[in-house]
Amino acid sequence: MGSFLARRVGQAGVLLLIVSIIGFSILHLAPGGPLSQFAATGDMTQEDLDRVARQMGLDRPLPVQYAEWLWRLLQGDWGVSYRDKQPVLRVIGSHLGATLELMLSSTLLAMMIGCWIGVLGAIRRYSVFDTLATVGAMIALSIPTFWFGLVVIYVFSVGLGWLPAGNRYTIGDGSWSDRLHHLIGPCIVLALVSTAVWSRYMRSSMLDVINQDYIRTARSKGIPERRILFQHAVRNALLPMITIAGLHLPTLLSGALVTETVFTWPGMGRLFLDSIGYRDYPTVMGILMFTAMLVLLGSLLADLLYGVADPRIRTA
Amino acid sequence: MAEDVVLDVEDLSVSFVSPQGIVPAAREVSFEVRRGETLAMVGESGSGKSVTSLAILRLTPPAPQCRIEGRVRLRAGDRRVHDLLALPEARMRELRGSAAAMVFQEPMTSLNPVHKIGDQIAEAVRFHSALSKRGALDRAAELLDLVGIPDVRRRMSSYPHQLSGGMRQRVMIAIALSCEPVLLIADEPTTALDVTIQAQILELLHDLQQRTQMALLFITHNLGVVAEIADRVIVMYAGRVVEEAAVLPLFKRPLMPYTQGLLRSVPRLDLAGRRCDELAAIPGNVPDPLALPPGCSFAPRCAHRVPELCDGRVPLLEGAGAQHFVRCARWASLAEGAPP
Repeated sequence: MGSFLARRVGQAGVLLLIVSIIGFSILHLAPGGPLSQFAATGDMTQEDLDRVARQMGLDRPLPVQYAEWLWRLLQGDWGVSYRDKQPVLRVIGSHLGATLELMLSSTLLAMMIGCWIGVLGAIRRYSVFDTLATVGAMIALSIPTFWFGLVVIYVFSVGLGWLPAGNRYTIGDGSWSDRLHHLIGPCIVLALVSTAVWSRYMRSSMLDVINQDYIRTARSKGIPERRILFQHAVRNALLPMITIAGLHLPTLLSGALVTETVFTWPGMGRLFLDSIGYRDYPTVMGILMFTAMLVLLGSLLADLLYGVADPRIRTA
Repeated sequence: MAEDVVLDVEDLSVSFVSPQGIVPAAREVSFEVRRGETLAMVGESGSGKSVTSLAILRLTPPAPQCRIEGRVRLRAGDRRVHDLLALPEARMRELRGSAAAMVFQEPMTSLNPVHKIGDQIAEAVRFHSALSKRGALDRAAELLDLVGIPDVRRRMSSYPHQLSGGMRQRVMIAIALSCEPVLLIADEPTTALDVTIQAQILELLHDLQQRTQMALLFITHNLGVVAEIADRVIVMYAGRVVEEAAVLPLFKRPLMPYTQGLLRSVPRLDLAGRRCDELAAIPGNVPDPLALPPGCSFAPRCAHRVPELCDGRVPLLEGAGAQHFVRCARWASLAEGAPP
């Protein structure tokens, strides 16, 4: 177990290094820069711009800039945001709560509904319900998130006036019910696609399990069908879902980029987008590294959880 | 139904609905199994033996996909006779695992990988008795001991993957015996095991049967196993019973050419070095159940086929001596021609 963890951490270190090099290169090679907005206004001369660039250290060769950024990161210094002169970690921290709230609620919603649809579809294969669920999943998967977000706002906020059109809470309110009310729209939009994904995976996993010999054994024991379903079938069908949940963690973060923008949700996705627009290099790199760590953590967590849930792996 | 008959199967037919049409898997199968008796059902893959055994306990796929016809009666421990195919599902479930139990071919995959051995046995006990969870687990430990598993305390909390194939099959037998069934159906229980382990499992089943006097329906394609365990034998071919006899007459004087072929294809030590060093195989393959010949199903592979006699209609299962039945239009003339 100890060597397993050490190996995984070592692999993660190498991966993070590669991610940081690629991210840094692409970010700096993209046209424009933190100074282009000053240049656009025309108030500053080329000399002024050069002086600011020198002060910010942007005039040095890229490898030098990267080395310095990496050296500081290794010492725990994530840098300071160009935009609001706050430490990057604090900027990320102040947006994390909103994303986590949205992420957790929509994931839980999608998992619960998706798994149920999958189980029911598998045990009543080719029934009307199964057919509708299959078609529904295909539609949900092909709807663009931004479009569906706008439709939800148009129907439920503009048309019916049931839901707020954006933000995390009403300024000056911020009560639980108010926050929940704001959460409904983006949560549904974010959950739609993942519900479809979960239901498909769960259906095929369940179909796999209900044809296994041990399900026939359970039937031959004369135990009730409901118990066979939950104690024997679903319990086994959920095992592969752990891996999918681990892989889903980062997908949800990138999905939140669009949804958070549409619903002006003050989370990580929007922070990332805004920071790119501003060419706020330290913040963008910070979020990039943070997300990459989450990806690695997600798959590590899935592997560890798998060991807990599956006795065959536990003792191996 | 005679007093000592535990299982009475009459004209049992099982067919599957497939896109290519209706596939008859078993046709008009009839037999009885008595208390304390072992009936072996022999046949090649696809002869309908597994399907027949599953249909008895109604473990085949549900109605639109699979059709079961005929009558299956079971005399439970309390002497009451149940018409299994007519019972509502809930009543059938009460009998499954208690009055009639089953052991399957693949011990490697027949146990649930995520539940402990002890719990899997106790589960069967709990649903058929008034025992508490504690009591059911004690009973499970008792059963593990009964089927010869050492170190019962530790094995109770083992998972299936920690046990060998033979041990897993013992666990399956423990599950099947948990409620002292009057009928045990064993569907090729030793096929997936090493030969030495096979012998142990057969001995275990035999011992348990001696002790409990349960009726045993033993399905196999291995004639060596049949000779070892069976009292009576039915031979299946293409979904039909083609011969039925007590085990000695069947081995000594098989009447159906198919049974004769089966026996000739078994390697025999006493014949080694004599003229038949090569094993005799039955030429050809089992017929496609969707395109069965109109007459005798075995005729296309049979060396004794006479078109006028064999190809017209399906021969009847005829009596050919005491408790010996054969489905062959030519059995009498063939028996005369060959010295007994």
